[in-house]
Amino acid sequence: MSEMKKIKNLKEFSTSADRFEGANLLCPGCAHSIIVREVLNATNDDMILSASTGCLEVCTAVYPYTSWDASWIHIGFENGSTAVAGAESMYKALKRKNRLKQPERNPKFVSFAGDGASYDIGFQWISGCMERGHNIMHVVLDNEVYANTGGQRSSSTPIGSSATTSPAGRVSYGEKKNKKDIVSIMAAHGIPYAAQVAPNKWKDMVKKIQHGFSVDGPVFINAVSPCTTEWKFDPKDTMNITDLATDSLVFPLYEIIDGHELNITYRPKNIVPVEEYLAAQGRFKHLFKDEYKYLIKEWQDRVDEKWAYLQRREESRV
Amino acid sequence: MAKKGWDEFEIGAMLRTFDGKIDDIAGTRQEDRAYSQNSSYTASVADWRLIKPVFNKDYCIDCQFCWIYCPDVSIISRDKKLIGVDMDHCKGCGICVEVCPTNPKSLLMFPEQADEETEIASWPKKDEEEA
Ligand SMILES: Cc1ncc(C[n+]2csc(CCOP(=O)(O)OP(=O)(O)O)c2C)c(N)n1
Ligand code: SF4
Ligand code: SF4
Ligand code: SF4
Ligand SMILES: [Mg+2]
Repeated sequence: MSEMKKIKNLKEFSTSADRFEGANLLCPGCAHSIIVREVLNATNDDMILSASTGCLEVCTAVYPYTSWDASWIHIGFENGSTAVAGAESMYKALKRKNRLKQPERNPKFVSFAGDGASYDIGFQWISGCMERGHNIMHVVLDNEVYANTGGQRSSSTPIGSSATTSPAGRVSYGEKKNKKDIVSIMAAHGIPYAAQVAPNKWKDMVKKIQHGFSVDGPVFINAVSPCTTEWKFDPKDTMNITDLATDSLVFPLYEIIDGHELNITYRPKNIVPVEEYLAAQGRFKHLFKDEYKYLIKEWQDRVDEKWAYLQRREESRV
Repeated sequence: MAKKGWDEFEIGAMLRTFDGKIDDIAGTRQEDRAYSQNSSYTASVADWRLIKPVFNKDYCIDCQFCWIYCPDVSIISRDKKLIGVDMDHCKGCGICVEVCPTNPKSLLMFPEQADEETEIASWPKKDEEEA
């Protein structure tokens, strides 16, 4: 095992030499690349990366350009995780046979994918990777929508959000199903580490990524990724929206170790009402009409319930 | 077209980020890397911008919030100091200005055609209400 990169504070972190480049085609203010930078900068080791089809992939690999300064592969929508798992298997085999050309190097295997590619279309592939015990990290860029194809709902889209396949209008308040609890599902594979992260809480996030790199076995990370285009907010507000997401507890930050031990890793000093989070985004605008206001109350109740559940889980140490 | 072996690539299926060999990417700063023409580092998105950030070092406390939250690797920090904005890769999102904690801010957005020196000379004063 190589030594963990020391990142005491943000000044020290800022001495990192990025391995992700600008002049990619992501929208101004896109959180995907903020997440990617925090993951890549968490280590100095070599990286073997994949991206499933989606905004991150199409925007960072437009021929003749690549925005990646590390080995990177894209195959399809569903199989970014297995692409990296295959590379990891080959690495292990070469290591076993003493055929690694540079055995002193310790590459990290990371697969990046959207919520569409993780919660829905690549679900089975990721589940396979988790179950087979590959030494990989799967990072979900969770913008709660199929952003790259124009905003269709995924099983990560939350109730009341207006998506192009579940639009809000005269007869509907938009998405009717609640978001899938992917972190619990992946933790239930008994993997050494699963966690929810947010790029605004960079220290918590980098700590989790580093922990993920240090364990032996599959790691699952769900990262909230506010999308200026589909969530409908001004690009300058990406981090403000992320703050609202974590501080309203709509995106609670926690980790699950070995499939059962749950730790809450961030407790906001001032919990923000969910209403403020919803009000900041165009995709929830219609909820503020009189006939849909009851949904805001339901939202708050759901968030409170989940937070109470997480705290019970943490306390019980089961 | 000739059939490729399992370990060969079609033209365009693989791009090399760097010209020649590079051993320690994470230990090599951008200015010291031999980027190939295929790296988007060699491209520019400057023409996406309608507004641009201007950096005024007089108020900067080098907290590096702008560095970590810039989506486009456009805040240039060296030796823990912010030294400027990479205007080839900045898309003008304005996040850096939002997250800057100083009063007055050390980064502000201006129209793309604004003159940097003029704006710095007439930088807003401390906002008492905010403090
Ligand atoms: C098997 C397959 N189905 C559908 C598509 C079309 N497609 C490409 S990207 C995309 C949406 C990606 O959504 P997500 O995974 O959430 O990533 P995001 O763009 O939101 O980051 C879709 C539906 C595809 N490329 N392959
Ligand atoms: S549509 Fe959303 S996720 Fe896609 S590049 Fe734009 S901001 Fe990023
Ligand atoms: S405006 Fe956006 S892209 Fe430009 S330097 Fe600031 S954060 Fe980076
Ligand atoms: S956020 Fe502001 S104070 Fe902090 S380093 Fe950037 S410009 Fe300087
Ligand atoms: Mg998505």
